[in-house]
Amino acid sequence: MEFEGEHLWIGKLGHLFIVLAFVTSILSTIAYFIAARKTDILEKNSWLKFSRIVFLTQLFSLLAVFVIIYSICANHYFEYMYAYKHASKELEPKYLLACIWEGQEGSFLLWTLWHCMLGVILMFKAKEWEAPIMTVISLAQFCMLFMMLGIYVFDVRLGSSLFTLTRNEISGPIFSQPNYLSFIKDGVGLNVLLRNYWMVIHPPILFLGFATTIVPFAYAYAGIQTKRFGDWVKPALPWALTSACILGVGIMMGGKWAYESLSFGGYWAWDPVENASLVPWMILIAGLHTMVIYKATGHSLKASYIFCFLTLAFILYSTFLTKTGILGDSSVHSFTDPGMATNIMIGFFVSLFSITPLVYFFIHSKKIPQEHKEERLDSREFWMFIGSLVFFLSAMFIIAKTSIPVYNKIFGSHIAEPEDREFSYNKVMIMVAIIIGTLTAITQYFKYKQTPSTYTIKKIALPTLIAAIITALLVVFYPFTYTKQGIGFLAAIYVASFASIYAVVANANYIFVGLKGNLKSAGGSVAHIGFALMLLGMLVSSSNKEIISSSRVNGINIPMGKDPLTKQQDNPLENLTLVRQVPARLGNYEVTYLNDSLGNEKNRRFYKMLFVRKDSTNKITEQFTLQPDVYLMKDNNMSSNPDTKAYLNKDIFTYISYTLNKGQQNDTAQFKITELAEGDTAFYSNGYMILNKVIKNPHTEKYHTPKNEIALMADVTIYSKDSMRYKAQPVIQVDAIAATPIDDTIYAQNLFVKFAGVTDNQKIKLGIKESTDPIDFVTLKAYVFPYINLVWLGLIIMAIGFTISAIKRAKLNTVYAAIALVLVSVFMFYMFLLAN
Amino acid sequence: MKRTHIIMLVGIALAIVALIVFSVGDFSTYDTISSAHKKQGKFVHLIAKLDKTKPIEYDAIINPNYVTFYAIDSLGGNTKVVYHNSKPQDLEKSERIVLKGKMQATHFECKDILLKCPSKYKDDKTQLEKTLDETTK
Repeated sequence: MEFEGEHLWIGKLGHLFIVLAFVTSILSTIAYFIAARKTDILEKNSWLKFSRIVFLTQLFSLLAVFVIIYSICANHYFEYMYAYKHASKELEPKYLLACIWEGQEGSFLLWTLWHCMLGVILMFKAKEWEAPIMTVISLAQFCMLFMMLGIYVFDVRLGSSLFTLTRNEISGPIFSQPNYLSFIKDGVGLNVLLRNYWMVIHPPILFLGFATTIVPFAYAYAGIQTKRFGDWVKPALPWALTSACILGVGIMMGGKWAYESLSFGGYWAWDPVENASLVPWMILIAGLHTMVIYKATGHSLKASYIFCFLTLAFILYSTFLTKTGILGDSSVHSFTDPGMATNIMIGFFVSLFSITPLVYFFIHSKKIPQEHKEERLDSREFWMFIGSLVFFLSAMFIIAKTSIPVYNKIFGSHIAEPEDREFSYNKVMIMVAIIIGTLTAITQYFKYKQTPSTYTIKKIALPTLIAAIITALLVVFYPFTYTKQGIGFLAAIYVASFASIYAVVANANYIFVGLKGNLKSAGGSVAHIGFALMLLGMLVSSSNKEIISSSRVNGINIPMGKDPLTKQQDNPLENLTLVRQVPARLGNYEVTYLNDSLGNEKNRRFYKMLFVRKDSTNKITEQFTLQPDVYLMKDNNMSSNPDTKAYLNKDIFTYISYTLNKGQQNDTAQFKITELAEGDTAFYSNGYMILNKVIKNPHTEKYHTPKNEIALMADVTIYSKDSMRYKAQPVIQVDAIAATPIDDTIYAQNLFVKFAGVTDNQKIKLGIKESTDPIDFVTLKAYVFPYINLVWLGLIIMAIGFTISAIKRAKLNTVYAAIALVLVSVFMFYMFLLAN
Repeated sequence: MKRTHIIMLVGIALAIVALIVFSVGDFSTYDTISSAHKKQGKFVHLIAKLDKTKPIEYDAIINPNYVTFYAIDSLGGNTKVVYHNSKPQDLEKSERIVLKGKMQATHFECKDILLKCPSKYKDDKTQLEKTLDETTK
C-alpha cells in the first residue's frame, strides 16, 4: 500500500548515516589497533592517517544523524516513531532538543557524539598515545552504535533505531488506510515532568561526564599496551580532573533539578539511579588521588590502573542498571525494559569494558613497576591512599546495596530495601564523611615521602583550633534538631560537621601557609574546600529541614480527628489544605491561597500563594508570593512543579500535592435577593450574616472608588455554623450610564454576595448565592531548607578547584586558562545560584 | 600493596562488612498480599495493582493526609490500603504499584507508594497503541 504524506527519504538518509558511523567505528577500531602495534614509523603513520579520516567520517555521520532526528522532531514527522513518541506540536525548540535525549536511542546518540568530539580532540592532542587511546574509543563507539542500528538477524532485532516508522512499530486500525497520517493530529510529546530547563541542560552535561571517563581508561590501557607502564599517568591526569569536574557537576545538576522542579522534596534520596552515577564519580576521585600520588612518589600505580578501569566499568554498569529496567520496582527514575536482545547487548558491552581490562591488567601486572619501599606513616602519600581507599570502599558499599534487584534477578530472591532507605545509607556514609573530612583537613600538612617531626602539628594547630571554635558556635547558636534517629546519630552529625568545617578551614589555611598564596597550584585545596562546604551544606540543610505544612490545623478549621481506622497519628502528616482566601499558619508564615491562573502552556495552572510574616506587634516584616504550578491532565491526573523563595540563608520550598481539575464547571445556583437595612440579619444554609453599614465612596484594600464616580459598599459580617467569621464587602459602582455591581466571594463558604441595588425605603438589596461548585482549594506541602546554598556554593567552588588543577596539570597557556576558568565560573554561578 | 595497606584494607573492609551485616536486619522483602498477611506488622514491599472496581477515597478538605483504596495482586489477594499522605498524582492511571508498609489485621498501612505509570512508561508498546487509538478517533 502507498501511504500518503510520509517523508521517507529523510529517515533513509538518517539510517544510512547510522550505518556509515557503525562501519567507520569498526574500521577505525581495527586501523587504530594495527597502528598502535606498528613500530615502523612510515607504516604507522599511514595507518594513522587512514584511521583519522575514518574517524572524522564517523563524527560527520553522527552530526548528520543528530541534525536529521532534530528536524524530524521539529517538523513533526509523526510517521517516525521517535517523533510520535517524544515530540509534540506545542514544544518549544529547547524542548525539542530535550525530546531527543528523552528516549534510549537518543541518549546513546548524545553519548556517542561526545565520544566522537573527545576523540577528535585526542587525535590532535594525544600525540604518541593517539593510536591505543583511539582504539578504545572506537571500540566503545562500535558497541554503542550497534545498539542504535536496529537491524534484524534471524528475526531478532538488534538494537533500536532512531528512524523506525510508527506504522511498523505499533498496530492500530488507522494504519490500514493510506491517509493514516491525517488522523495523527499530534505526538505524545515530552513527559510533562520533564518540561523544564534542567531537562535541556542536565543530560548533555551528565553524558559528557560519562563520555570523559573513557579517556583515563583509554590512557591506562595505552600504558599497558605500549609497555610504558607509568608514563600515561601524566597526560591522563588533566583528563581525569576534567572528567571528575563534569561528572560531579552533572550529578548534582540532577539533584538541583529534583530539588527545585520535581516534587521529590529534596536533592538526594539515595535512589538506585542516583547512586549508580555517584559510584563511578567516587571511584574516579579515588583514582585521581592515586594518580597524584604516583606522580609525586612512584607509589600507587597499580591502584591508579584499577581505579581508572573501574570508573568506566561502573559508568557502564550504571547504564545497565538504568536502561535494562531491572530497577523498575525500586527506583523512581528508571527506564522501561527495552527487550531481551538489547539487554544482552548492554550486558555484553558492560562485560567487555569491565572484565577485559582487568584480565589484561592482571596478565601484565608483574611487569608494572612498583616502589618497594613502604610508605611512612608520616608521609602525605600514605594518608592520601587511605583516603582514596575509604572513598573507593564506600562506593563499593553503595553499589552493593544498590544492586539488590540484580541479586534478586540472579538468585530469584525477594529482598527489598529497608524501611528507611535514606537512613540505611546515611548511617554508614556519615562515618565516611567523618573520615574523609578529617583526612582532607590534615593530609596536606604532611609532606611527600617524610615529614619533619614537628611540622604537621605546628602548622595544623591553628586551623584545628578555629574549626573547633566554629563547631562550638554552631552547637550553641544553631543546634541541629534531627533527633529522629537517636542521640548517637545526632552526635555523629555534629562530628561530621566538625570534620567538614575542619576540612574547609585547614585547606583555606593551607593555601596561605603551605602554598604561600599561590592560587595556580591551589586547585586541590580549592576543590577540597568546595567539597567540604558541600558536605556541610548537606548536613545542615537536611538536619534542620523543616516541614512547615505539617500543622494539624487545617485551613477551614475542621478538627482533624484521629485516623478512623488505625486510631493512630504516628505518620508524618505533611500535607495541608488551603481554601481560597482563607489564611492558614505554616511555620512562621501566614499563607493565603489567593487565586489560580493559566500559564502559556496548555493545561498548566499556577496557584498564587501569599506568604506573610508578622512580628509580635502584628506588623508585616516579610511578604512574598510563591506560584507553584501543576499540569492538569484530562483524566484528573496531574504533575506538580514546586516554587521556591530563595534567601541567602534558607529556601522556602512549596509544591501542590493535590488539587481538583476544575475543567467545565456549571454553577446552576442563582442569587437570592434580600432587602436589608443597616443592622439587619439575613440567613443562608450554613449560617447568617449581618449588614453592618453602607459606606459611600469606599477606599479599601480590594476596592478604590475611581474619581468622578459614585460607589456604595455594603459592609457585611458572615457568621458560619462552625463559629467562623468572615467579612464580605460587595460594591455597586454608579456612573453616567449604568450601575455595575462588584460581587464579593467567600470561598470558604462557597458564598457569593452581591450589592444588587437600593430600595425606595433606604434599604439595600443584597444578593446571596450559594454555589454548587466544589470549594476552591489546594493541598500543598511546604518545607524550609536552611543553608542549602552552601551545597550549591560548595559545588561551584569544587568545580573551580578541579578546573584550576586541570589547567595546571595540562600546562595550558594563560589565555586558554583564563577562558576556561571564566567559562566554568560563569556557567556554574548562573546555573546553580542565579537561574530560576 | 604494603603490609600497612593490607592491614588497613582488611580493617576497613571488615568494618564495612560488619556494618552491612549489622544492617541486614533492616532489609525488607517483596511480598504478595497473602504472604504479607502471614507476617502482620512487618515492613514489606507489596507488588500489586489498584482495584479499579472499588473507590479511592480522598477528601483533601476534610483530611489531606488520608487516602484509602483497594489493591489486588496477580495471585488473587486483595486488601484495603491506608496511606497517610496526599493522593499520589497518577494513582488512577497506574498499571502496577509497589506499596511499602505494614500489613495490619484490617488493612495495609502504607508508608510509601511507587507507581508504575503508563505516562512514565510511555515507551511501552501497548500503551502507545492505546494512546494512538484514543487520539485518532
